[in-house]
Amino acid sequence: MSTVFIALQANEETRPIIEAIEIDNPHAVVNRQPAMVKIDAPNRLVIRKETIEEQIGRAFDLQELHINLITLGGNVDEDDETLTLSWAE
Amino acid sequence: MQIDLRTVSIQPLRQTFDHLARRFGDKPASRYQEGSYDIQAAENLHYKPTWDPDQDLYDTKITKIVMKDWYALKDPRQFYYSTYTLARARQQDTTEANFVFVESRGLADMLPPALRDTALNVLVPLRHAAWGANQNNTLICGYGYGAVFTQPCIYHAMDNLGIAQYLSRLGLLLGDTEALDAAKAAWLDDPVWQPLRRYVEDTLVLRDPFEVFVAQNVALDGLLYPLVYGRIVDDFLSAQGASAVAMLTQFMTDWFDETKKWVDAVLKVAAAESDDNRAVLQDWIAAWSARAASALLPVAEIALGANADAAVGEELAGFRTRIQKTGITI
Amino acid sequence: MDMKATKKKLGLKEKYRVMTRDLGWEPGYHTKEEIFPYATYEGIKVHDWDKWEDPFRLTMDAYWKYQAEKERKFYAIIDAHAQNNGHLNITDGRYLSALKVFLQAISPGEYAAHKGFSRVGREFPGVGTQVACQMQAIDEIRHAQTQIHALSNYNKYYNGFHAFADARDRMWYNTVARSFFDDAMSAGPFEFMIAIGFSFEYVLTNLLFVPFMSGAAYNGDMATVTFGFSAQSDEARHMTLGLECIKFMLEQDPDNLPIVQGWLDKWFWRGFRVLGLVSTMMDYMLPKRVMSWREAWEIYGVENGGALFKDLARYGIRPPKGWDDAEKATDHMSHQIMLGLYQWSFGTSLHSWIPSDEDMAWLSAKYPTTFDKYYRPRWEHIRKLAAEGKQFKNFGLAKLCQTCQLPIVFTEPDDPTMACHRETTYKGEKYHFCSDGCQHVFENEPEKYIQAWLPMPALFAELEGDIGKWMDWVSLRDGQDNGDYVGSVDQRNFEQWRGLATSNS
Repeated sequence: MSTVFIALQANEETRPIIEAIEIDNPHAVVNRQPAMVKIDAPNRLVIRKETIEEQIGRAFDLQELHINLITLGGNVDEDDETLTLSWAE
Repeated sequence: MQIDLRTVSIQPLRQTFDHLARRFGDKPASRYQEGSYDIQAAENLHYKPTWDPDQDLYDTKITKIVMKDWYALKDPRQFYYSTYTLARARQQDTTEANFVFVESRGLADMLPPALRDTALNVLVPLRHAAWGANQNNTLICGYGYGAVFTQPCIYHAMDNLGIAQYLSRLGLLLGDTEALDAAKAAWLDDPVWQPLRRYVEDTLVLRDPFEVFVAQNVALDGLLYPLVYGRIVDDFLSAQGASAVAMLTQFMTDWFDETKKWVDAVLKVAAAESDDNRAVLQDWIAAWSARAASALLPVAEIALGANADAAVGEELAGFRTRIQKTGITI
Repeated sequence: MDMKATKKKLGLKEKYRVMTRDLGWEPGYHTKEEIFPYATYEGIKVHDWDKWEDPFRLTMDAYWKYQAEKERKFYAIIDAHAQNNGHLNITDGRYLSALKVFLQAISPGEYAAHKGFSRVGREFPGVGTQVACQMQAIDEIRHAQTQIHALSNYNKYYNGFHAFADARDRMWYNTVARSFFDDAMSAGPFEFMIAIGFSFEYVLTNLLFVPFMSGAAYNGDMATVTFGFSAQSDEARHMTLGLECIKFMLEQDPDNLPIVQGWLDKWFWRGFRVLGLVSTMMDYMLPKRVMSWREAWEIYGVENGGALFKDLARYGIRPPKGWDDAEKATDHMSHQIMLGLYQWSFGTSLHSWIPSDEDMAWLSAKYPTTFDKYYRPRWEHIRKLAAEGKQFKNFGLAKLCQTCQLPIVFTEPDDPTMACHRETTYKGEKYHFCSDGCQHVFENEPEKYIQAWLPMPALFAELEGDIGKWMDWVSLRDGQDNGDYVGSVDQRNFEQWRGLATSNS
């Protein structure tokens, strides 16, 4: 098992994104640090556009994540609907 | 404890960094100055490049142009990353709105088919030429000397890419993916496009960053933009009722007006530096602009037919007048 | 023809292909070798550039839009920071030394990365790779500029920042970072990608930025937090580019594996040595600490790096050669470098100091197996000398490693009581190294590393060993920029200005 992670700046824009990630990834662990939130998960983490849109109540382009992204770990696969981080099992 | 730091009145020890004080005096420097002057390593370079051991890592000798101070080639727009990006973000907002306007009102479908085909035939293959421009400006940025000269080139390269992408979107909007495929086939095989393609490929083997600057940004773009986006799109196509196309290429028109001020400023300072520089620039500009004019003639004929020759001639005359103002006669 | 009826909706991947890869073409009037002359000499075999995947697929319109948003936020905070004397919010003036190291050594590296990525953004024969590298090229000049802009206001009030451009080229400890980036830029395009794109960005950059920026947040430095996190939002793209690049090379041809592994071994060690300066910033220079270098290494080195190399094992990649030595060095390096900086502090454009009792208690809790045993006694000895009015100074010149250019101050990986020193004779000349890792790097490319510009011999050759002349030459103002923090102009000013802010007198 390897850990994938994503870290976002802690601010009002990312609050609902983090909630969406928690909904879609119940196995993920959210670490709140000064000015940043780091989310770890075993092997795989999926970020879904639809879940974020439900949280914020407007259309969301996954590329908006870039604005508040601090770092990530894992192989990235992005399409219109999801951004997935994974390590080979 | 809450402290109000604004109430503290303290005297600064100095106004700016030493290297800027040496150039401009000890006064607050602009963000353009801070982000541009002397930020490239200047001495005690450690190793020779393995890709060309005859060069230094940063080398003024790889071009025929000689400058006492490469930081003299100031960008009149004073673009550093932030001002550049904010300017382009505003323009992209307008362009996006224009695309949405054309698309949502169905203006593309209302274009007379003959005009639509002309627009596609002239404009879409140019996305490949814009990609050539991107590579050329990336090269100038990579190998040119000093951030004042080179940073506008990476901005220019990204603009070239943006333009190639806007032309692709225009192709998709007016003619779907088939339009892009047809344009690529024309770029590769149609005799109309071969002189221009050959010009672009010939610039891709140049390695003198300043000659690349002249061949691409001065000569080719100096003729191509006014001819294609001014004469063909804004005048010819719009006059016949295809002003929707002009909306989609407004970015290119505005962009050329803005960037040529920078290109002219670079030429002017480099030519004023020495007679040798002026002579080199004169030769390069004369040779590359003559080639560019003849490469653009068959492209202009797609839209202008028999009037193309006169149109290219007038653009060339206008180009000479523009260059004359930088102190270079061709 | 009804255009609307036939219009296809392109997905993100297909749209991106049309917008980038499809822009290129097979040249007909020149060969690919003429257009891309540096693409083959390193021996990397690429059969199909179209197999390259760019995971983020940013087109220029989206790039401008999102980057402009980041820029607006960044400069709003920087302006407010300057207008409100934000520098007086930092926990303590000692913290400034970390920023001085950053501006002198790291920001010039950002600019070098900008130039390097412009070069490879032109030299790779694949459009997707070129575009990704060009975006990194423009991002890197952003980082150099935002750092200079954020630290510009500190320069107005504190010493040690004013001559960063001179110090970049002449100051002895800055050649560590300078030679690292010069090394990468003088390599071919593929090695550059492994050096900066993969080893530095993917394996090591988290160790530099994330704990350091959290440290800035802990220490009240909004300017640095802002440039750090703003830059990191680009780094996530860069890291992914680095990872894609190494996978691409390994998938293209099995013959690439030994070459890539060799570069990985080299650049991991080179990067680890550069980060030695960061370990010192984290353990010693932050008045209020977030985590120790050891803890950061556990998270971003052991855990994340471990996951990465496990993932790459499917291509036959093994962890870099110096990995075990790095692990052993982690409990020692910050102490060894800080002791070095302190004893040579007459020649640094930053202040160092003797750790307080409280600092030492923290260090011994974080380094239970090493600090009390090896380093506390040395600091206590130095403190005793200082109390007697004798600052511990080493006017003997540091012997620098021919490869990484750090002073040779480290110990044997398996014996912390033994100084580690390696030598190689090449063409009749003797060369010195700080470690096996640096010796191996040299021995693989001796013709490159014998060219290294070493500041100490230059001091003798050009300045006849005259320290005063040398200080003028590196633009170091004696008594202002250098020496112990205690008693410095920075200390006096910071405390006085803070006093003005917190009292009515």
